[in-house]
Amino acid sequence: MSDKHLSSQFDSELGSVSSRVMELGGLVESQIRQAIYALSEFSVEVANQVTAAEAKVNAMEIEIDRELSSIIARRQPTARDLRLLIAISKATANLERVGDEAEKIARMVLSIIGTGAPRALPSLELRVAADLASGLLRKALDAFARLDTAAALAILKEDDLIDKEFDGFVRKLITYMMEDPRMISPSLDLLFLAKAIERIGDHAKNIAELIIYIVKGADVRHSPLDQIELVVK
Amino acid sequence: MLIDTEKVSPAKIAVKNLDFYYGKFHALKNINLDIPEKKVTAFIGPSGCGKSTLLRVFNRMFELYPEQRAQGEVVLDGENLLTSKQDVALLRAKVGMVFQKPTPFPMSIFDNIAFGVKLFENLSATDMEERVEWALRKSALWNEVKDKLKQSGSSLSGGQQQRLCIARGVAIKPEVLLLDEPCSALDPISTAKVEELIVELKQDYTVVIVTHNMQQAARCSDFTAYMYLGDLMEFGATEQIFFKPNRQETEDYITGRFG
Repeated sequence: MSDKHLSSQFDSELGSVSSRVMELGGLVESQIRQAIYALSEFSVEVANQVTAAEAKVNAMEIEIDRELSSIIARRQPTARDLRLLIAISKATANLERVGDEAEKIARMVLSIIGTGAPRALPSLELRVAADLASGLLRKALDAFARLDTAAALAILKEDDLIDKEFDGFVRKLITYMMEDPRMISPSLDLLFLAKAIERIGDHAKNIAELIIYIVKGADVRHSPLDQIELVVK
Repeated sequence: MLIDTEKVSPAKIAVKNLDFYYGKFHALKNINLDIPEKKVTAFIGPSGCGKSTLLRVFNRMFELYPEQRAQGEVVLDGENLLTSKQDVALLRAKVGMVFQKPTPFPMSIFDNIAFGVKLFENLSATDMEERVEWALRKSALWNEVKDKLKQSGSSLSGGQQQRLCIARGVAIKPEVLLLDEPCSALDPISTAKVEELIVELKQDYTVVIVTHNMQQAARCSDFTAYMYLGDLMEFGATEQIFFKPNRQETEDYITGRFG
């Protein structure tokens, strides 16, 4: 199998847009890491850094879409190239949303700090889910770069863990709120924050599904895991 | 690798174990496929892959040349046309062909179309006028030429000439229309008109098109066959071939990784 197009210009265009997605992924990943740090240390400064990175993420999303439109208009891609470009477009949208979720986490952290009693809340327990989610996104980006369907499948399985963590955390928050109604307002902030973490896992999962779409040409969204396993094998 | 086109449409032409030789050169190697009726089937592949050769077998055009021979079966409506005693002219009335370069006869637009009809039918003057108008309308040319039917066919533009040739093919009411690179000498607007016409024609005819322009195959065919060095590499629904072909070789070719 030949991996190069007759047009080396086309190869370099595809290479350029792919590396931009990875760059965007890296940026968003560091946003999440900062958001998690801001949460565990209740750092106003780091929370503000997360928000500051958003403009750059948004600009990169627009730039990648512009490159994609240009490639599609000029090259009329087919088959694997077409699937790759569609997947990049969707992965970019997912990454931008992850950036939004990171920003949401930072905002909630600031709001919780504002209530004056941040340490009374079970926020540290979110650390597990947050690490899971950011780890999942990193794996999704790695698998995307290598077009590794086996890794993609593992990510889909792991996302279920985050969903379970989230459910457990919600139950815990409810007890906190029942015990002390003064905790309701900051607990709601924490609930939104936990939801944002859960959504990051979902975006990582979407990216993993896109890898299978590129390599296998099968759209596995909304399919049960055992069916997806059959496609990957 | 062959898909079951039976479900979609019955086969108009069934090719079975077809081999073709130019002298000693083995140009088509054991080709098997069904051309579905009233659909557009496109053949793509690099130069010399055998796609035009295959087209020329469908109306026995190859018999014009010595040293060329076909082995196997090409079944049109239940009859193997390679062994058939059927008159070749009658076969070609049933299986019409349009070539790469427009080839209007050196006569008026009207006579270009009437000429072929006269060979097979004895129509009254009024019936002939109706037939010519019908063929020109079918080929989306009527509005452009209705006021100058007496003018020479070669006075038309390239795109119009090509549609005139299609009208000429359509006029004798064939069942199959073979188009060999029909747009390679045309500008984009004429190309778009001919492609529009191809889609229109499949309501009544089985259309087989050979093209170097993959986007053209993607735009106007229902099925696509990819050929390479005399082999049929893959045959399937056009959408599938251009989205997720089964063979790596097909994917490399249509994505431009070939070579």
